[in-house]
Parts: sequence; C-alpha cells; structure tokens
Amino acid sequence: MTRHLAGSRPSDILGFFCFGGSILSGGVAMASAMTRLGRRGIGSARWSSMAVAGQQSRASHSFTLPDLDYDYGELEPAISGEIMKLHHTKHHQTYITNFVKALEQLEQAEKDGNAEAIVKLQGAINFNGGGHVNHSIFWKNLAPSKSGGGEPPEGKLASAIKDEFGSLEKLIAKMNADGAALQGSGWVWLGLNKDLKQLAVQTTANQDPLASKGLVPLLGIDVWEHAYYLQYKNVKPDYLKNIWKVINWSDVSSRYEANL
Amino acid sequence: PFLQSALEPYMSKKTLEVHWGKHQRGYIENLNRQIANTPLEGYLLEDIVKISYNRGSPQPAFNNAAQAWNHDFFFTSLKPGGGKSPTGEIAELIDKQLGSYDNFVKEFKLAAASQFGAGWAWLAREFLFFLSSLSFYPFCLKEAKLVVEKTPNAINPLIWDHIPLLVLDVWEHAYYLDFQNNRPDYVSTFLEHLVNWDIVNARLDRAKAFMNWGEPDWDLFDKDADILTYEEAGIDVVEDSS
Repeated sequence: MTRHLAGSRPSDILGFFCFGGSILSGGVAMASAMTRLGRRGIGSARWSSMAVAGQQSRASHSFTLPDLDYDYGELEPAISGEIMKLHHTKHHQTYITNFVKALEQLEQAEKDGNAEAIVKLQGAINFNGGGHVNHSIFWKNLAPSKSGGGEPPEGKLASAIKDEFGSLEKLIAKMNADGAALQGSGWVWLGLNKDLKQLAVQTTANQDPLASKGLVPLLGIDVWEHAYYLQYKNVKPDYLKNIWKVINWSDVSSRYEANL
Repeated sequence: PFLQSALEPYMSKKTLEVHWGKHQRGYIENLNRQIANTPLEGYLLEDIVKISYNRGSPQPAFNNAAQAWNHDFFFTSLKPGGGKSPTGEIAELIDKQLGSYDNFVKEFKLAAASQFGAGWAWLAREFLFFLSSLSFYPFCLKEAKLVVEKTPNAINPLIWDHIPLLVLDVWEHAYYLDFQNNRPDYVSTFLEHLVNWDIVNARLDRAKAFMNWGEPDWDLFDKDADILTYEEAGIDVVEDSS
C-alpha cells in the first residue's frame, strides 16, 4: 500500500483546481460586477453586487394578457362577442393575476424556508398558470372565418389526421363526444405524442395543462361552462358543433410541424 | 319550493329556468334512463349515490344521481327573504363549534372560492370516532361536529358518511347568467339573502338522530292530512313474539 502525500492524489489535485477555479471565477464575476457598478470601493461593490445578483436571478413576474388577433365580435355566430370579451378580459386576466400573486407568495415562502407553504402553493400555481398557458393557446387556435377560421387543414397535419382517425369528420366527432362527456370543467385537446409521432385526442380536468398527460398541445377546446354558457346555456353539444367554424387550422398545423 | 321569480333580484328567474328546468331535469331523466332495468332501480336516491360511488371508482350512474341529489338539496336550501345570521339550534352550534357566525361566513366563502373548477360548498355534520378509556372497557364515542367543506364536480359528503345541512352550487352554470365570472359576489349574495336556515334547523333535527333519510315528505306534517294507520299505509307490522 503506497502512501501518497496529501494534495498529490489525482482527486486532490482536481479538488484543488476546482477550488482554485471557483475562486478565480468568483473573482472574475466580482470583477465584472464591479466594473458594471462603476468605481465604488471594493467593499461596497462586493455587497451590492451580491444584492443585485440575487434580484436578477429571479424571473421578473411579468406575465401579461396576450392580445387577440381579432376583435371580440369576429367569431360570431359561433362564439358571441360577449363571451369572448368576458373570457379574455375577466377569466384569462384573473388567471394571470392570481398566477403572479401565487408566484410572489412562492418567492416569499422560499426566502422564509417555509416548506409547507411552498407545497401548498403548488395547487394555486398549477391551476392559475395552467389557465394562462391553456387560454394563450386557445386564442391562437381560433380565427374569424374571413381569416381562415374553419378552413380544413392541409399538408402534413391533414395526412396525419387521415392516418390516425380516418378523416377530419371522424376526428371532430371524437373530440365532440369526449368534450360533451367530460364532467365538470376541463378541456378537450388534439395533442401530439412526440415519442411515437402520433396524434391523440385527450381531455384534461380543470386547468391541468396537456403536458401533464405527456402530449404536446396542438388544438384545445375550452369546455368550462364559462366558455359557452351565456350563448348556449346547458347545450354544450351545440357549442362543440359550432366552434369548428372558427378553428384556425393553420395555427394547429404550425404547432404540429414545429414539434415533429 | 318557490316560484322561479321569487328569488329575484338575487338569483334570476332565467337562472332557475335553466338550472332547474334544464340541468336538473336532464340529470333526473338521464338517471332514470340509466337505472331502468338495473339493480339500482327502486333504491332511494341517496342509496344510489352511495352505491354507485363504488368507493372511489364511480359507476356511470353516479354522476347523474349525485348531481340530482345535490341540486335538489341546493334548491331546497334557498328561500326568498333568507340569509343573514341564523336563529335556533344551528346558531348555537355554529357559535359553539365554528367560533362565530362571522367565522362560518369566512370559512364558507373560502371553501366556495377555492374550489377550483366545478363543485359545491357545504355545511355538514361529521362524526368523529374515538376510543375512550373512561371505563375498563374502551368504547367508541361518536362526536358530531359541524364542518365546512368543499367537493369537486358531483361529489358530495354523503360518500364520507357526513350529514349535509346546507349547500351552495359553485358550478359556473349556477351563477354565470347573473354574476358572470364574479363568484365571490354570488357567494356573498347567497349568504346574505338566500340561505334557508329553517330547513337547516330541520335537517339538524334529523341529523341528531343519526339518520339522514333525505328530504322529509312535508305532507306528513300537514295538519289537515289524514294520518294513516300502518294497515292503511300498507306497511306490514310483524308482531313481536315476546
């Protein structure tokens, strides 16, 4: 058993370089921070650079309501302007507001080291964040007929639909059936299984994002009651029948091709 | 139990027309279709709810049965000129077990607001079992406690063997025509103007007997109704052989 001098074994040398390296890189970071901050004393620059670095490492919670590409009334008669306005300015905005609030509370809980609060906030984050994600996709999935809403898909998506479901009509029938059968609140999706390169129809509950089912969302239809109640009351099937007139298949196609 | 316009301006006639006339009617008709010629036909609605819940893997009839039960319980929980703080035994129980009426309001509003998606907010009675060693033989004590709870979609506290006393429907269809997305205002309006505390007290009386046999047949309490003997009612009475 040979003995080695401490510090000369490979792992020790590596450790030395790593340690030295971290001092070096730390020094470089501090130096660049100092130059960024201008000519202040080293002492104050070091403390304030740490403070600045701490704030900049947090994402600024600036989620905002995305604009629609069309006016509220342009999806009529499939979806009324009243619904679109409420849905966009009230429901989606509320999801964003509460999402930001939950994230701020999460930040505070992390600072306080409050594990219980961190876990408890996940529900609110998933729900409101999911609502924001889902509705942002939904607005793009819709288009007035004069901008191509309702025109059947072409190209790769069209042939994939034919392969997987037989025809566009069959896909629509399946999505309508699943959407109508969904109890409570949720969404019905056309999604892409990236691994299998297969399309799939899938429902999600409440605001669970489709990613939670392992699929990439291509087309989502909101079947929460707020999405149709003022116009269709309890007749969800009529809403599902009519919404296809304003589906923006070119957006769905681009999502499909981007994820192949 | 009231005219569809009787709850204006707190719950519109239009809402009740659709809620009761379309949603509830649909649940009941679909349920009848579902249980026709099956073992569930002929059971009390409450029993259908508990049986079809199937300990967490609900059978198809559960949704319609539970929603039919929930909505019936909800409509009878409303009354014109209702709301505000209760009187009678429920008031005492609330003060004793939930702190105060204001505390109940706070908890109820929180439950209703935090029920993501569709669901219900309840005031119910739950039973706490615990072993007591007051004597040499440990025995189970059942303590009945008021509890505010929330349930998603069609689920109701019957499946936990709680006894519901009051419910608020927080599915969007219950308030969308009147309040749009403003669920908090809907909840406040319900608490201040629509809660039928009389029926809550009546339910509490029955709950105290540890029985929950659904809504009573109010005709039985009608003074002018003829009271039938067992024979006239067609109920067989078996003589005790002791």
